[in-house]
Amino acid sequence: MMLSMRKKIVFYVLLIISALLLAGPAIMAIVMSFMTNQDILTGRLPTAFTIDNYIAAFDRLPLLQFLFNSLIVSIVIMLGQLILSSLAAYAFVFLEFKGRDFLFYLFIATMMVPFEASVIPNFHIIRDLNWIDTYAGLTVPFFATTFGTFLLRQNFKQIPKELREASLIAGMGDFKFFLTVVLPVSRTSLVTLGIYGFLTSWNMYLWPLLASTNDTVRTIQIGLKQLQTQEQLNQWGVIMAGAVIVIIPTLILLFLGQKKLQKGLTEGAVK
Amino acid sequence: MSQIELINISKSYDKQKDVLNSINLSIEEGEFFVLVGPSGSGKSTLLRMIAGLEEISGGFLKINGQTMNHLPPKDRNLSMVFQNYALYPHLTVQENILFGLKGRKIDKKEQQRRLNEAAEMLGIQELLKRKPRELSGGQRQRVALGRTVVSHAPLCLMDEPLSNLDAKLRAHMRVEIRRLQKRLGLTMIYVTHDQVEAMTMGDRIMVLNDGQIQQVGEPITLYNEPVNLFVASFIGSPKINVGNAVFSENGKYLIVENQLHIPVDPSVFCHIPRDRNLKVGIRSEHLMPGISKKENLHYLEAVNIEQLGNETSIAFELGSELWTAKWPGQWKIDLGQKVSVQIMPEFLLFFDADSGNLIKSAELGKSQGAVSV
Ligand SMILES: Nc1ncnc2c1ncn2[C@@H]1O[C@H](COP(=O)(O)OP(=O)(O)OP(=O)(O)O)[C@@H](O)[C@H]1O
Ligand SMILES: [Mg+2]
Repeated sequence: MMLSMRKKIVFYVLLIISALLLAGPAIMAIVMSFMTNQDILTGRLPTAFTIDNYIAAFDRLPLLQFLFNSLIVSIVIMLGQLILSSLAAYAFVFLEFKGRDFLFYLFIATMMVPFEASVIPNFHIIRDLNWIDTYAGLTVPFFATTFGTFLLRQNFKQIPKELREASLIAGMGDFKFFLTVVLPVSRTSLVTLGIYGFLTSWNMYLWPLLASTNDTVRTIQIGLKQLQTQEQLNQWGVIMAGAVIVIIPTLILLFLGQKKLQKGLTEGAVK
Repeated sequence: MSQIELINISKSYDKQKDVLNSINLSIEEGEFFVLVGPSGSGKSTLLRMIAGLEEISGGFLKINGQTMNHLPPKDRNLSMVFQNYALYPHLTVQENILFGLKGRKIDKKEQQRRLNEAAEMLGIQELLKRKPRELSGGQRQRVALGRTVVSHAPLCLMDEPLSNLDAKLRAHMRVEIRRLQKRLGLTMIYVTHDQVEAMTMGDRIMVLNDGQIQQVGEPITLYNEPVNLFVASFIGSPKINVGNAVFSENGKYLIVENQLHIPVDPSVFCHIPRDRNLKVGIRSEHLMPGISKKENLHYLEAVNIEQLGNETSIAFELGSELWTAKWPGQWKIDLGQKVSVQIMPEFLLFFDADSGNLIKSAELGKSQGAVSV
């Protein structure tokens, strides 16, 4: 696309402004996490570089434990979602049974039930199972995901049915076909769904708050909130340091997987 | 013993109208059998029922004398080539070819031996490490054939395997598939909607229309003695020329499309009923140039001329029909010119206009036409 010089300038100015608006708070948080308290409170430009805030953050709370918990919870949810939704999507695409389409629409319809509405029944169930303060209680309720099943179903539908038929003639069962053909062919979507699942679980707040009562399985998001409530008003640097620690994994994943993520999310959309 | 027998096979999807109707057929071992018919006639459906990919609604399917109706595809001991080749995009050519053997507990050495044999036979040794998307259409086709070769299954099914290729490659692959089939002694069931493919490849052809068998026979039989108008116009290129015909009141002439007056020769017309609506057909090579000939000459208006170099194809207007003649060599004819054409009554095929069934096939053009060498 060729743009005239004037248009280009306007374009870039607008882009820069929106970039600043979007990334501004994050940049501010990063800068503030390296500033001394005095600088922050007086609102000056930073005069000194310090990592005291980070040391303080790790000192006050078992942040490493929280990070570890978050990692475990996010990875388990991610894997659980991938396994369950790919199996479900396979059934919706490759297995023929009565009422399959009806079942699928019913399944899709559950997307309309907001998560908040199911929080209380879910909480009752994990309490009755004695799963409070366990990893199972934090993860299992999120394994079944309509969105993931939908995404993968769209993707699996693009696999020509002749591939399945050729494998039938070769004498390959459903499960082997699923493992050796369907999954490798849909790598991109699986990676996309994986990253998506990981990030949403990493940023989860409400459920871990309800499902954990002590530090053993508490996740980093809760830890961050604790940091905030523990601190007196003048300790902003420490809070920002905590926040930066929390967003690091998100950023890493986004940078690594950006291309795949884009490809995967738009792949099912066309056609 | 015939290898495959279809007894009263029928198929309907969702209990609606029958897609296939009481198909009775037997295919011999080592035969190249072609299923041909227009789009939607049920060719793929029939093939997929033989493969076991589609349920059989009625009748029996026997392979080697055993009823196979409910056997899963893998136990029918056959290989299949699909129209889109069904290559696995994430596997290399080599893995694709050996794909079918994985489930069959064949040891590594034997697999390798068969792979080499197939690759050599098909000339794809250099491509073994590539992925399908790095291959041309013809190469993909060969990889798909490679699967058939390594499977060592005695029965091979192909569903329009050449329809994605350009004309030149198609002609080449026709020969290759045919040679492969003879060399391996395969029984082949080959689906196509291209009558040229059917004619050139098949030992026998079955013409299917609207789920019903029209005719089964050798290509030349179908060409010379089509049982009805459908087969007559489906087999042969260009299409057979057809026109409505009635006898004149005094019975001396057969009038075709209210224009052609063909004198009635009792020896040719003896079995033709006088009281029915007729259609006559004549192959384009039998509309012969009238120059330097004396009998049975007619003057027709040329409305289109195609110079093909080795032959000239001329379209004539005849009543509401266009008739095409194919003359060997190069002819200089102007549009709209009245051209003299020789139409021998002995070359005419007669059909019942209402039922479309053949009344009488051409007398000339088969016994004399087919020269034995
Ligand atoms: N899964 C299906 N459900 C319902 N009807 C079907 C199904 N598959 C095919 N048909 C119908 O059966 C008829 C025969 O289809 P089939 O695919 O066998 O035709 P074909 O002769 O192979 O045509 P083509 O040359 O276009 O491949 C068609 O009218 C088609 O609409
Ligand atoms: Mg078909």
